Amino acid sequence: MKWDRKDLLGIQELSKEEILFILDTAESFKDISKREIKKVPTLRGKTVITLFYEPSTRTRTSFEIAAKRLSADTINISASTSSYVKGETLKDTAKNLESMKPDAIVIRHSMPGAPHMLSKIIDSSVINGGDGAHEHPTQALLDLFTMREKKGKIDGLKVAIIGDLSHSRVARSNIFALTKFKTEIVCSGPPTMIPPHLEDLGVKVEYDINKAVLDADVIMMLRIQKERGGVSYIPSIKEYSTIYGLRKEHVEKAKNDVIIMHPGPMNRGVEITDEVADGPYSVIFDQVENGVAVRMAILFLLIGGEA
Amino acid sequence: MKSKVLLDKNALLRTINRITHEILEKNQGCSNLSLIGIRTRGIYLARRIQKNIKQIEKVDLPLGILDITMYRDDISKLKTAEIKKTEIPFDVNNMTIILIDDVMHTGRTTRAAIDAIMDLGRPKKIQLAVLVDRGNRELPIHPDYAGIHYTANPEEEVLVRLKEVDGKDEVIITGT
Repeated sequence: MKWDRKDLLGIQELSKEEILFILDTAESFKDISKREIKKVPTLRGKTVITLFYEPSTRTRTSFEIAAKRLSADTINISASTSSYVKGETLKDTAKNLESMKPDAIVIRHSMPGAPHMLSKIIDSSVINGGDGAHEHPTQALLDLFTMREKKGKIDGLKVAIIGDLSHSRVARSNIFALTKFKTEIVCSGPPTMIPPHLEDLGVKVEYDINKAVLDADVIMMLRIQKERGGVSYIPSIKEYSTIYGLRKEHVEKAKNDVIIMHPGPMNRGVEITDEVADGPYSVIFDQVENGVAVRMAILFLLIGGEA
Repeated sequence: MKSKVLLDKNALLRTINRITHEILEKNQGCSNLSLIGIRTRGIYLARRIQKNIKQIEKVDLPLGILDITMYRDDISKLKTAEIKKTEIPFDVNNMTIILIDDVMHTGRTTRAAIDAIMDLGRPKKIQLAVLVDRGNRELPIHPDYAGIHYTANPEEEVLVRLKEVDGKDEVIITGT
């Protein structure tokens, strides 16, 4: 397949073939992280900047490790320690960074569309590391990679997505990705956290978690997005966790070989119990492991060859 | 486009047999030996050499598959490089590795392959076996075993066809 995208802004615009091409490329990169020498020279001389206006542990570390394992140089910028606190606009920050000739900028911003705006004003490749409640494409790609790895396929899977659907960019990117395959997607959560017309994206809505998880191949749990005002949509955390927290009894209603996913960070005891998060069906840490391989593939495809 | 046959089916089989014997002769048997084929046709040549050695020495040598794309020196000039899996299911440390490719030309593929293997460990030796050495080297690398030497013009293409992937066994020159 010919890859000719400069940027990775979202899953919505990717074709099924492009998604599969990324996953296949990631397969080849996964082995590198298991070697004693975890480095290949593929992106020697390239520079990757991570520009994060929102907190992150996994995504940023994962991008940095991915870039370093490909021999690229990495620079991390956090809003709290940047000129953002002195009042510099995103556009000016981007233009300034662009002048230092990076090959790719990974951006996370609370404003939906921030990466898209950036991609129009700079020549470097732009990778969306999460834009508001809009998209988080690399998370969806690593989730699909993990599903395919554990289930051997994506077509035919029944996926239950449970929690704060209205503020979740992870859910949105996963829905965009999974609806390109022959999957059955059931979304569940309190009615206040299910956006109106969600069904128009090609998913079913089931407010009863017990029905949502029935015969599921994959259960994907979401966190309450406190930073996006999530708590104000529910009477109390306690009530939420009683009704929508994933417990063993729910897992038993799913398929025998169900996998439990969570994009992290987990709020243990809220959306998921310790027993389930650390239980035999959990692939939560496999997701993190696969994240590095998927991001290596993305970086390679975007900046590896001739533009 | 005109083409001529450099090795026909029988000549190709005889050449692979000869390379097998040369490998065994030079290494005084096959202890500590392992084979690594470079994608794509190097894999099938490696499998044939493995089969030959099994017949002669009754030993199954370990066999690995190497994709050198990540190590290419022209990777930043390529439009899209498809990266395939490297599968080396044995420890390369202290092994004598026979690296196998179909055509040797500039030497750049071999350089990439050597670097790729070194990142997996420290083999005792690496020896290079190729079916066709078409000359025109750009790096100081030479094969230990060469099936046939043919000094090709730059506009000529040396094509190795193997039954496993191409449906027939032959080596042809096109663009003459």
